[in-house]
Amino acid sequence: MSTIKITPPLTDAVIQNLRAGQQVLISGDIYTGRDAAHKRLVELIQNKQPLPVDFNGQIIYYVGPTPARPGQIIGAAGPTTAGRMDVYTPQLLEYGLKGMIGKGKRSPEVIKAIQQHQAVYFAAIGGAAALISKCIKAAEIVAYPELGPEAIYRLTVADFPAIVINDAFGNDFYDQGVQQYLKKGS
Amino acid sequence: MTAIYTSRTNSANTALRGALEIKKIHCHFITKAVAKLCCDACIHLGQDVLTALEKGIQQETSPTGKEILEILVKNAHIATAENIPMCQDTGFAVVFVELGQDVHITDGDFNEAINEGVRQGYQDGYLRKSIVSHPLKRVNTGDNTPCIIHTKIVPGENIKITVAPKGGGSENMSALKMLKPADGLNGVKNFVIETVKAAGPNPCPPLVIGVGIGGTMEKAAMMAKESLLRDVGSVNPLADLVVLEQELLTEINKLGIGPQGLGGKITALAVHVEIFAAHIASLPVAVNINCHAARHKSVIL
Repeated sequence: MSTIKITPPLTDAVIQNLRAGQQVLISGDIYTGRDAAHKRLVELIQNKQPLPVDFNGQIIYYVGPTPARPGQIIGAAGPTTAGRMDVYTPQLLEYGLKGMIGKGKRSPEVIKAIQQHQAVYFAAIGGAAALISKCIKAAEIVAYPELGPEAIYRLTVADFPAIVINDAFGNDFYDQGVQQYLKKGS
Repeated sequence: MTAIYTSRTNSANTALRGALEIKKIHCHFITKAVAKLCCDACIHLGQDVLTALEKGIQQETSPTGKEILEILVKNAHIATAENIPMCQDTGFAVVFVELGQDVHITDGDFNEAINEGVRQGYQDGYLRKSIVSHPLKRVNTGDNTPCIIHTKIVPGENIKITVAPKGGGSENMSALKMLKPADGLNGVKNFVIETVKAAGPNPCPPLVIGVGIGGTMEKAAMMAKESLLRDVGSVNPLADLVVLEQELLTEINKLGIGPQGLGGKITALAVHVEIFAAHIASLPVAVNINCHAARHKSVIL
């Protein structure tokens, strides 16, 4: 399978072309967000208040980067465990979020919501944070600076490598990948 | 030992000389040492892990798995070359101290000196501050303190300090269970394997897995944590544990989880087991999961 290049905002056509296991290179603007920011965003949605960023069609990257040294754009910036955001994700997908980048399994509810709202969950390589930081060409805090590493950043990325885990058809690449290498009867 | 005992009891002069000879370590040196260890541990991947990753690349049959292991090696080289952390989660600073009983710590509070070292290391090293002051109110302390300090008093006049920054992603997949003695060896093995299986892709496999068997609840957890300080690829000094570690590693690597959980053979690089005496009613087992980096750096003062 050849690598597909994608750029947010993600259209339905782009999303329907993605399948679990597909490798992608993401370029353009994406947003960071992890536990504390998600909690705030979902509280705003529940109170019918505007969000600090318009996430329609956008991608959220679950990451809390290390601080940039002087002269650097950003520090190490690898994915964090996505499952901690599961409780918030269906509401963000309903709002219009289309993509997520993280690592690790999603809950059955999130996988269902990804299919229902025609979205996609990508994994980046956990632990490859120094290497991933090389794909980040600009970083700017756009909300919640007081949260430190949990602030929402707008990142401009170029050829950010990721793999489709959960596609809009209900597939899960973690299940598929492991089944291939599981030694039965062990 | 006899000589020291004599010097303390015989005459005031000898006792005074004994006291003057006590090795003194200034708190300032402890702070500086801890700060450097925090940075080194977060930036430079251990040679033992690099060797294990290279070996994994040879053994991995999944092309994606092999590619991921190669990327992790490349990542380690970039981190060292550019002086940036290998992972954005620079962890909870867990500090192990082996304090020689003949050392005198001077000019300050020992535990505060270590915390100050963590503060300086995380600030000056541009490491991420990942600690919230209260587990439920969750406000970031801004300097990655407090750290966790485990101090052991040992014979001698040195202080060995080890800093092991522990990431949340792998720590969250760890588990402890109080088994029944009747569960035996199979019960222990099943619990370890089930814990790794349930963790799946979350803790960034390939993993280094620490297992503590026996003792009380907290003793089992401590052994599991301490076993992660052993070099990856090192041989357990206890012969029966060598066999157990190998069996567990073989079984875990049949699970199919593979690098990053995308399928493959190399789910773990190593399993380290420690044991302790147990109560006639108990068989505690703790599994502390670490990511491939198994970060830790030590210094002897």
